[in-house]
Amino acid sequence: MPRLCALCSTQRPILKRPKTGQQICKDCFFYVFETEVHNTILEAKLFQPGDRVAIGASGGKDSTVLAHVMKTLNDRYDYGLELFLLSIDEGITGYRDDSLETVKQNQKEYNLPLKILSYNEFYGWTMDSIVEEVGRRNNCTFCGVFRRQALDRGAAMLGVDHIVTGHNADDVAETVLMNIMRGDIARLGRCTAICTQGEDTIKRSKPFKYTYEKEIVMYAYFKRLTYFSTECIYSPDAYRGHARSFLKMLEAARPSAIIDIIYSGEACEVGEEATKELKERKTCKRCGYIASNDLCKACTLLEGLERGMGNAGITDRGRKQLEASGPTPDGLRTIPFFQMNASTPTDATSSVTTSGQGSGARISPVVDVSAG
Amino acid sequence: MSEDQILLKVEFGGGLELLFSNEKKHALTLPARVPADNSTSPAPSEKETKPLDIAYLIHWLRDHRLKERAELFMENDTVRPGILVLINDTDWELEGEGGYEIKDRDEIVFISTLHGG
Ligand code: SF4
Ligand SMILES: [Zn+2]
Ligand SMILES: [Zn+2]
Repeated sequence: MPRLCALCSTQRPILKRPKTGQQICKDCFFYVFETEVHNTILEAKLFQPGDRVAIGASGGKDSTVLAHVMKTLNDRYDYGLELFLLSIDEGITGYRDDSLETVKQNQKEYNLPLKILSYNEFYGWTMDSIVEEVGRRNNCTFCGVFRRQALDRGAAMLGVDHIVTGHNADDVAETVLMNIMRGDIARLGRCTAICTQGEDTIKRSKPFKYTYEKEIVMYAYFKRLTYFSTECIYSPDAYRGHARSFLKMLEAARPSAIIDIIYSGEACEVGEEATKELKERKTCKRCGYIASNDLCKACTLLEGLERGMGNAGITDRGRKQLEASGPTPDGLRTIPFFQMNASTPTDATSSVTTSGQGSGARISPVVDVSAG
Repeated sequence: MSEDQILLKVEFGGGLELLFSNEKKHALTLPARVPADNSTSPAPSEKETKPLDIAYLIHWLRDHRLKERAELFMENDTVRPGILVLINDTDWELEGEGGYEIKDRDEIVFISTLHGG
């Protein structure tokens, strides 16, 4: 007797769900995949009708599938969202320039407005030039800090309320593991949060928090979605790579491991003591972005680069060395001043102005909004 | 087509093709019976044999098509965890994984989930 789908009992199964072990057919797979994301969105009350939501789009599998699913659910359930694609161009030759082509293709397919913000226009440095300056040890620290701020600013320019990213269950579980191994108790519980929102940052959330990578790739395969799948040429994060392989081994032995690890992270109540470690929030004196010191992380890193002490911005010790080596010279390249929620969506771009500090602020953010 | 040869199509995706001279699609003809120990070099005829299966195909691809970094494709005699396998568009986990006996004109797809984000 031929096996039948565990859900509809009529069609032939094509997939074994890692989360449940159920064998299901293609139609039921699409339906449960989309519905689970929908339920996650409802349970976490992620959106309000009328929200302007940017999808952080890299051209990779996760964000490509996220764009497809957000568009589908917004139409199917009448969320009433205005969706945008927001991409960051890190300036990595042969990697990001190709993946941005994929994003542009998605833009046409889904008919969503796209904005691309580049490190070069924004910070005056590309990842290529940063790697040339600092080598290949800390490049991902620069990239992560710069991306975070660029996404927030891109979102402010678009006048969006919310950024959704393609982080999936495997990513969250991997981060939980890494925080355990680092003994970073304060981050352990927080990293599982579906939605992060400080008072003065744009809301960010992960609708795929409970979605397995295996199912995202299967969904893209069966829907014939095209995505870009080359590794970044500067990806040296061996530690993260090992955490990933370890997670995949656990998953092979017991597929529920991924969701179990997320639940464990969620269950870790963070006491007062542990959270105190996280410094209180300030505003960057130079660029207006959130900071835990006088300068935000991006301004510190940028000053290090500009003063030829590339790695000075990485550690507290390096920062002190930078401070000790004299005052910030005039004419240093800085980031345009940032004001959150200072304007209405229609003149959102004007909320980002050029910083008065540092006359050398010749970089102004460039908007590439190609409305579909 | 003779009885003792099997025609099949193999496709790589998700970045895995980069290990295989950046060729996504491969049309192959393999013997219907193969060494039971998955050795893919020409073997003495008295060797124990088995029908061509996915486990053998994985070894054969590593030995004859893979161009670099075998450890990114195989681990512990099977594909590395994180690589999905589809047999005629069905998850190999429903088809007996490595033990699935390949039939003439089957289509086998290998997709890496580990690349990019
Ligand atoms: S691997 Fe590092 S350098 Fe490359 S895109 Fe990711 S964070 Fe940036
Ligand atoms: Zn079904
Ligand atoms: Zn700053």
